[in-house]
Amino acid sequence: MDITSETHSQHISKQFNHELEELKTHLMAMGGLVERQIQEAVSALLDGDSRLAEHVRDNDKAVNDLQIKIDDECTRVLARRQPAASDLRLVLAVIRATSDLERIGDEASKIARNALALTEGGNGSKGFVEVRHISEHVRKMLRDALTAFARFDIDLALAVVHEDDAVDSEYTSAMRSLMTFMMEDPRSITSVLSVMWILRALERIGDHANNLAEYVIYLVKGLDIRHIDPDELDEDALKR
Amino acid sequence: MPALDHVTDSVSPALATTGAVTEIPASASCFEIEGLSLAYGDTPALSNLTLRIPRQRVTAFIGPSGCGKTTLLRALNRLHDLNEEVRRGGHIHLEGQEIHAPEVEVAELRRRVGMVFQTPNPFPMSIYENVAFGLRLQMSLKKRQRDEVIEWALRSAALWDEVKDRLHDSAWSLSGGQQQRLVIARTLAVQPEVLLLDEPASALDPISTLKIEELIRSLKSRLTLILVTHNMQQAARVSDYTAFLNGGELVEYAATDALFTNPRLAQTENYITGRMG
Repeated sequence: MDITSETHSQHISKQFNHELEELKTHLMAMGGLVERQIQEAVSALLDGDSRLAEHVRDNDKAVNDLQIKIDDECTRVLARRQPAASDLRLVLAVIRATSDLERIGDEASKIARNALALTEGGNGSKGFVEVRHISEHVRKMLRDALTAFARFDIDLALAVVHEDDAVDSEYTSAMRSLMTFMMEDPRSITSVLSVMWILRALERIGDHANNLAEYVIYLVKGLDIRHIDPDELDEDALKR
Repeated sequence: MPALDHVTDSVSPALATTGAVTEIPASASCFEIEGLSLAYGDTPALSNLTLRIPRQRVTAFIGPSGCGKTTLLRALNRLHDLNEEVRRGGHIHLEGQEIHAPEVEVAELRRRVGMVFQTPNPFPMSIYENVAFGLRLQMSLKKRQRDEVIEWALRSAALWDEVKDRLHDSAWSLSGGQQQRLVIARTLAVQPEVLLLDEPASALDPISTLKIEELIRSLKSRLTLILVTHNMQQAARVSDYTAFLNGGELVEYAATDALFTNPRLAQTENYITGRMG
């Protein structure tokens, strides 16, 4: 059966409703935090703001703490409530989602560390256009995946799944052009490599956002599409 | 006691334990229930149930109080026969034979289809005599043979080690959980093909409950078990298939794995997740 974002607040036990509601709220808070981490890490690079980069790097602990806290809450719900059906899927989806969000947090601090290196090196801004472009793209994916999670929105989740391919090809073409640049100007290798690491981190963030969208489909439909090629998904069946 | 273990010979074909239950073929079914309706006087209790119960599997009936799950269970060994108010329609086939057919003897049907109730009901006699009781009625055995069957039944019910030195003590000296296993041993002694369990653990403490559940799992290699329970976690733990009944109707019947992770219908979802008001 299809479930909606209201489904989890209709238990006879109001306390149980509250516990599940808290899980969702805390997951969204964690999502908001890592989204800001990405945005600030990229701004730190583009604006050459080393203080902001340090702030992002130091803030990663807050992301990690949230992961532990939400996982603890999930463990408690599993132990005390023995949830079934969509309740069980919600708890499992939240546990999986915190793990991806935490990894996104790690990627954001990786971006911040490379931004620091670049700022301190005072080198040129080769590849910044691509970073800006791809970062906007993956941030939108992450935002949409979180919105899909909050609203139990299958259509939006599917859109995110399809978006991942576009990010991958943007990433490949950016890498190719940076590679060419390095060959032409070997003195730039150190700084261009840092930019490449940043692009790599952004591409990984896209993958994690894609995972989040897949959990939404599991949560709402009970279908695990993690290892199915997006082009081979039977979307009509999913939307039924 | 292998010589008496005749029911193990009929091994069911492999059954999927995921997905919808419509896939249970007739050849793998123990009971085939067709259009079964039952009413107590003018009050309908079951309406038009059709389902197959797979052989050598554990099938659980769940549903709110008054949904008809116990009525359905009792219909399977004709416990309603003596209630003149009960009216019945439809068919119940056990291994292909209609259980209400005139040539079917109720006593023999109840030997083949044993029943265990919610409250342990040992007879006021010794442990040994409790298990021997049905045996004496059903067949005449030499004492040595009878002793063997009784040991086998008590072992099968996972009770032997706890009672082997006190077989002639009163059955009332046993704990509730032991009494329930004794009742199961008494039922097993006459070698049923099916064991009907009506809330067999609801009066027991958690450890005794786990022992009964473990027993249910171990018995399914040789017989078909049908369990009625209010405890949904118990159904999820021990059964292979689960039927959800509500208001006398079969709402959803599926492999337990599927029913408890992704039920097809909202009514089922609401019940198993505690949303039914």
